[in-house]
Amino acid sequence: MDDLQKTILDYVKREYLEEGDDRELGVKTPLITGGIVDSFSMVSLKRFLEKKYGIKIPDADATPEAFDSVARIALLVEKIAAVRA
Amino acid sequence: MPDLVAVEEERELSSWELAKLELNWGRGDPVNIGWNLSDRICRQGLGQTKALIWEGFGGQERVFTYEDLRVLSNTMAAFLARQGIAPGERVCLFMDRIPELYIGFLGILKLGAVAQPLFSAFGEESLATRLLDAGTSAILTQKKYLPRIRRIRAELPALRHVIVADAEASALQQGETPLHLDSEPRVEDFPVYPAGPETPSVLHYTSGTTGQPKGAQHVHRSLLSQYLTARRVLDLQPGDIYWCNADPGWVTGTSYGIIGPWSAGVTQVVLDAGFNVDRWYSFIEKHRVTVWYSAPTAIRLLMKEGKTPAARHDLSSLRHLASVGEPLNPEAVHWSREVFGRPFHDTYWQTETGCIVITNLPGMPIKAGSMGKPFPGITAAILDMRTFEPVALPGRVGLIGLAPGWPSMIVGYRNNPEGYAKKFASGWYLTGDRGTVDADGYYWFVGRDDDVINTGGHLVGPFEVESALLEHPAVAESAAVAKPDPVNMEVVKAFVTLKPGYEASSDLELEIMNFVRKKLSPIAMPQDISFVTSLPRTRSGKIMRRVLRAQEWGEPVGDLSTLMED
Repeated sequence: MDDLQKTILDYVKREYLEEGDDRELGVKTPLITGGIVDSFSMVSLKRFLEKKYGIKIPDADATPEAFDSVARIALLVEKIAAVRA
Repeated sequence: MPDLVAVEEERELSSWELAKLELNWGRGDPVNIGWNLSDRICRQGLGQTKALIWEGFGGQERVFTYEDLRVLSNTMAAFLARQGIAPGERVCLFMDRIPELYIGFLGILKLGAVAQPLFSAFGEESLATRLLDAGTSAILTQKKYLPRIRRIRAELPALRHVIVADAEASALQQGETPLHLDSEPRVEDFPVYPAGPETPSVLHYTSGTTGQPKGAQHVHRSLLSQYLTARRVLDLQPGDIYWCNADPGWVTGTSYGIIGPWSAGVTQVVLDAGFNVDRWYSFIEKHRVTVWYSAPTAIRLLMKEGKTPAARHDLSSLRHLASVGEPLNPEAVHWSREVFGRPFHDTYWQTETGCIVITNLPGMPIKAGSMGKPFPGITAAILDMRTFEPVALPGRVGLIGLAPGWPSMIVGYRNNPEGYAKKFASGWYLTGDRGTVDADGYYWFVGRDDDVINTGGHLVGPFEVESALLEHPAVAESAAVAKPDPVNMEVVKAFVTLKPGYEASSDLELEIMNFVRKKLSPIAMPQDISFVTSLPRTRSGKIMRRVLRAQEWGEPVGDLSTLMED
């Protein structure tokens, strides 16, 4: 797990899992299809990524599929950051 | 000249009488919905027909026949009775869409208790508000939701039982009881509570402009409307495989995610997983779904992905498509014709109506963008905004009103008779929606008549959001309004003034968003927050939400004569 994935995973655990929720969460755990993050909550997760990494994630790229795991989110962030650079 | 009133009365009678005839209602059989959805179907010889095919997000599957449903709902009712839960008590269902939720719903009704389903994404404040108002005695839940319940339990003196469907006793605290439906002794016969037509059955909470959410009380006679509309509007026929996307935490998920389809004896499929385009199409293909009841937000998410994903699947099993929650835009109807070879049929109704009241019936010519015509047995009208009298002119905007009297109309708001009384004027039930009717009798939605926000088909009360915002230490004043959104129709937008010592920033915005999400729910979370120095108020000090809303929608702000000057 690289730093980017770790930062996102830590944020997801902190913000979307409740205290006392002992579910295992890894970089490949399904977030949207797994019911951990829903389409409304995706907005705050997207906002976090944009703020943290100074990027703008186009709505067309912010799909449930692209946000379905920490690994996929990290790929999306890397792709957008690379274009910006 | 025929007596039009008499003709209308006869037409109304015949509609619901037809439901009574088909359900053998009033001929000595139990009225209890729990019995009607299981025992009655078994008695028709459909005991071995699949009632529920459930699929979890990991692909695991559980299948239940109507005979399973009958015995397991008996088992659930007996289990609840052993806990000391009595008829009339409220039992909350706070869980994912797992089989125990559906079976629990029937068990609660068979016991004569009142089922109170709540959306499992509700945060602790939303949950506490609704449990407190309902005086809920027991909550049926899952292990992952226990922390939320434990944090609020001290505020809920009436809550005697927390029943956990997926935990071992060793993981539970005092006052928490494990329930393992699979290992419970099967109960073949349970003395089903002799509910009458007016006996309370289901309690759903719905949001209004002012105050806290209102508990809409349904009764067992609702079955008549829900059965008939499931058969005639959703076109459910023997042998159908039916998929309703709604969560039973909302009224669609009970009226048409439990009661309608099971009263019709069809097979229901449930996918307990978040949205994913390919997964959804695969699910339809795998189970050969014939009737699909979805929502505009979901349809727009599918549209966003284009036609290609649908083309990768065999969706030829689909025979009838319907939609509910918010107005279905014409583009979605056209898109559906292209992709599925048939249109989505818009249906219109509310928590309070309990059943579909205005609709595009199967086979009826669809005017894309219209909610259709009143269901036979329902009398609707566009009412003048001031006199509440029917407006005769086609195209004139007014309030959508319904003549009371259909079987699934709620009997009141719990602890709130004044709120219920306000829903009626000049003999009409006021939906709170503005609309028009055209010369052909088709109804068209125009907008809400109040400040309630309809986001993805769910109603959010601005007062609840504003109250939660005020609990954040940085927030001095708040206003919540609807903002247009291409997928969800509307989303919550908040306007906030800050207390001295706090500065607006993107960090603070995100913090406040997450604060509200956890307190209330993801749907109530403002998706946009504007930090402002003051809020528009009337001279009496009331925040003028309509001014803020008009700004968001690019509409004229209207009369500002009462606006307080700074």
